[in-house]
Amino acid sequence: MRAAVLICLKDLRARLRDRSALLLGIVVPLGLAFIFNSIFSGISGNSKVISLGVVSLDRGAVAQQFTGQVLGAVGKSGLIAVHREHTVAGARALVARGTLNAVIVIPADFSARVQANRPASMQVIGNVDAPISAGIARSIAERYASDLNRIRLSVATVVHGRSQGTPSPGTIRALAARAAAAAAPVAVSDVSAKSKELDQKSFFAAGMAVFFLFFTVQFGVTSLLEERNDGTLARLLAAPISRASILGGKLLTSFLLGVISMTVLVVATSLLFGASWGNPAGVAVLVVAAVLAAMGIMALIATLARNAEQAANWQAVVAVVLGLLGGTFFPVSQAPGILSRLTLVAPQAWFLRGLGDLRGGDLSAVWVPALAMLGIAVVVGGIAMTRLRHMAEV
Amino acid sequence: MAGERMLECRGLRRSFGDLVAVDGVGFHIDPGEAYGLLGPNAAGKTTTISMIAGLLEPDDGEVVVAGQPMTTHARRAKDAIGYVPQDLAIYPDLSARENLVFFARLYGMPTAEAKRRSQEVLELTGLADRAGDQTKKYSGGMKRRLNIGIGLLHRPKLLILDEPTAGVDPQSRNAILESVESLSGAGMAVLYTTHYMEEAERLCDRVGIIDHGKLIAEGTRKELVSLVGERDHVRMLATGELARAAAALAARPWVHEASTPGEGIDLVVDDARGNLPAILSDAAAAGAAIKSVEVTEPDLEAVFLHLTGRALRD
Repeated sequence: MRAAVLICLKDLRARLRDRSALLLGIVVPLGLAFIFNSIFSGISGNSKVISLGVVSLDRGAVAQQFTGQVLGAVGKSGLIAVHREHTVAGARALVARGTLNAVIVIPADFSARVQANRPASMQVIGNVDAPISAGIARSIAERYASDLNRIRLSVATVVHGRSQGTPSPGTIRALAARAAAAAAPVAVSDVSAKSKELDQKSFFAAGMAVFFLFFTVQFGVTSLLEERNDGTLARLLAAPISRASILGGKLLTSFLLGVISMTVLVVATSLLFGASWGNPAGVAVLVVAAVLAAMGIMALIATLARNAEQAANWQAVVAVVLGLLGGTFFPVSQAPGILSRLTLVAPQAWFLRGLGDLRGGDLSAVWVPALAMLGIAVVVGGIAMTRLRHMAEV
Repeated sequence: MAGERMLECRGLRRSFGDLVAVDGVGFHIDPGEAYGLLGPNAAGKTTTISMIAGLLEPDDGEVVVAGQPMTTHARRAKDAIGYVPQDLAIYPDLSARENLVFFARLYGMPTAEAKRRSQEVLELTGLADRAGDQTKKYSGGMKRRLNIGIGLLHRPKLLILDEPTAGVDPQSRNAILESVESLSGAGMAVLYTTHYMEEAERLCDRVGIIDHGKLIAEGTRKELVSLVGERDHVRMLATGELARAAAALAARPWVHEASTPGEGIDLVVDDARGNLPAILSDAAAAGAAIKSVEVTEPDLEAVFLHLTGRALRD
């Protein structure tokens, strides 16, 4: 154990000195998390609330129903703040300044055209820097238009089906009222706690941290290949220490580099970006499990390579593929079909899922993701360990 | 007697796939003795000493270092060995002092002792002034000195040097040879591998010649030379009574041939260096005026050529 610690300390000193671990383990993920946050802050902003403007040039019943009931329900969700504006030009200026993320414009003849069964349309003005907000505004408008079409269709179907001639206007109004009453109100609500997603800041912080974790832990195991190439492994093997001590030192280096970099990133992104990682104990469990899983995978890749350079290349490919599969750059929790199942092989996906579950539940929520990552670590790491013993030869 | 020996290896054998790299090699080194393992590239020298140093496990055979079998008491056996690999086995991002302290602690020294001993080795190798610099900034010669210094850190009983002068400039090479001579003179047992015949002749008390994984001959230079029937040659440029001088010298029992080709006398003798005073004296007494003398002793290159039919550097 003493020899393993000495080898680990020597490796850590060398890594800190050449700054590679510092760069890949802390600086780059922190920088990328900051950049992604800055880029995408225009989409959802620092605040969770989307500022949605509405300009109603129509005093009719249909327009009033939209602004009163639909947008009223939207505003009550707390996720979208609805602002009434009087002129299209004024609203457009507010969108251009970024005060509003998007504006829905209801033209003056909207109600009349709907009631006359003629084509009617609403206009959505979006901020180019906030495309998701504009998309949400468009979605609300389209949903309402769809409801209107459904009511029209319902009434038309009933009317067409009646054999005793044209119904009276009163009958039609009653039918429309019944169809409208049956329509589900437009609802914007937070997702359920069980499948809660991380907020943007936390997602990019965690995503970048776990993505670069795979690059950070590779230093320990790959250095065994470097030692063999450089001839220093022969000197270690000639020393009165066991081979297990040499392997142990390398694995300990990987583990400490991984845990230290993740800890620094958790603290730094919390303080600098306001990322919310969740219960510290749960985060610690997930971090340790993720580090072990990453070590197992990177160690196995290293044992398949002939030299340190080849190992680094293969490890980079695997880290990127697993990072994409694991949803470190964009969420994959709602990925369809086979892609959804493929994400299960990526520890990154389990790590992010674990953080999401931790935010939606108590500490027990992390056990399934943590055990999944530990399972990967045991299976893949076990294969790697049997191969690593052969690497500790000159 | 085996207990008195610093190294005893018997029947060492190691294969890599179908290639038999070392096949039944066995020899011993006594305390204070310098033993050279001489052979061309890929003869099996490095594989042999890798097994002796505990880097490789032999397929067969036994290594005993300072009375400790490598197979059963590897740590104790390794404690007695100072290993200097052929490659520059030092960490480039660490300073010389950090390299030394790291390896000293790996050999079980407490921190204070490791630092003290490292300072001694830094001074011994002439690196004390640059001890704090990262070794990647060192010259090739400085790295070589540090490479050897690490092997000396724990005061080993047996120093193993694997071709320490390979790829080294003449000045550094000479410094390395002087260091090894000094250590050997101080009583340290040395196992030295090389494919440079002159290094083996200069440093080693005994030499083992290895080729194709087998130890084909072993002994002192004199024993090896006599083993193959090679003798010393003396060529004297002289005037005067050359025929009479040659006849007088031929009467000596250690003179095997004496001839007078042109302006001199050629002799085939035993121990030319030892008998040179008598040769000069006899020639002068017979009336020959000696202008110059050239002594040619058969070397290990000739022995290797005789044993294998190939030159050492083929």
